[in-house]
Amino acid sequence: MVSIVIVSHSSKAAEGIKEIALQMAEDPELKIFSCGGSKGGGIGTDPDEISKALENAYSKDGTVVMADLGSAVMSVEMIIENMPGGKGHRIRIADAPIVEGAVLAAVEASGGGDLKKVLASAEAARDMRKIEGG
Amino acid sequence: MITCGKEQIIRILRAIATEIEKNKIYLTELDSAIGDADHGINMNRGFKSVVEKVASVEDKCIGTILKTTGTALVSSVGGASGPLYGTAFLYAGKELTGKEELYPADIKTAFQAALEGIIKRGRAQVGDKTIVDTLSPVVDYLQSNLDNKPKEEILNDMEKAAGKGKDSTKEMIALKGRASFLKERSRGHLDPGAVSCYIMIKAFVSILGDEK
Repeated sequence: MVSIVIVSHSSKAAEGIKEIALQMAEDPELKIFSCGGSKGGGIGTDPDEISKALENAYSKDGTVVMADLGSAVMSVEMIIENMPGGKGHRIRIADAPIVEGAVLAAVEASGGGDLKKVLASAEAARDMRKIEGG
Repeated sequence: MITCGKEQIIRILRAIATEIEKNKIYLTELDSAIGDADHGINMNRGFKSVVEKVASVEDKCIGTILKTTGTALVSSVGGASGPLYGTAFLYAGKELTGKEELYPADIKTAFQAALEGIIKRGRAQVGDKTIVDTLSPVVDYLQSNLDNKPKEEILNDMEKAAGKGKDSTKEMIALKGRASFLKERSRGHLDPGAVSCYIMIKAFVSILGDEK
């Protein structure tokens, strides 16, 4: 099963998004890891923590990463690039809003979707309307 | 001719750390105007860690020293400048594997690789109000024929190019990073990343200019 990693500038936001996504997917097999905040616990990202989360989330089926602001995306990209043994090839960053994307990815992954499908589902969040005709 | 030895690289890194520390509050003030008010603190933490980590690879090649610098920045900075400057030093380091002394062509290659790393990571271009606005004019300048120019002239021109680029960010509207959320309100402030990059280039210039 494809795993999911949530990377936010806030550990509370990351943990909360994971909670929402897990609740929607309702699948005990689904693995979602959250990480957020800087080393000191402030707002930011900690590459060492992200690295660990990506290691823990490793699945031969692949991993989709949901990230919030630019530097979270940059940190993840940099870690993927430098992962040993080509492990980074099965990790994709979704270009999508983090909450909606995480929920859609979780539902698709728990339904058995492959990496391509889970990524596409997460990225479909870009076009989700919240208010009809809005 | 401009050259740069291994000991000078170490001295440059230490000089950057000293200058960043001196400008910690200034950088943070710049960042509080258009960002998240942590650039000075983050960069200071980053270069403190660089000085510590580099001490154990002082006898290795320049490539290793710069790659160690990049890794130290990535894991200690905490903000966007971590992956950005980290990638810059990693990419420059990859080009300089095995080198104990840099000649004009190496310096050109290293700065070019650093810029490519930053552009790849941040997807920014000139005019976006970022580090790229300071670094890109320096790389452009280094493309000119350096072989017959006196060192002093090259260093002076590098600093001028960086300074002009840095100053140009003041009137720009930010198109990348947290500052881009402010849109028009980001105008009228120097970009903190452009300024920290200028501080780094000034340290490079001052250490190399120091030795006759």
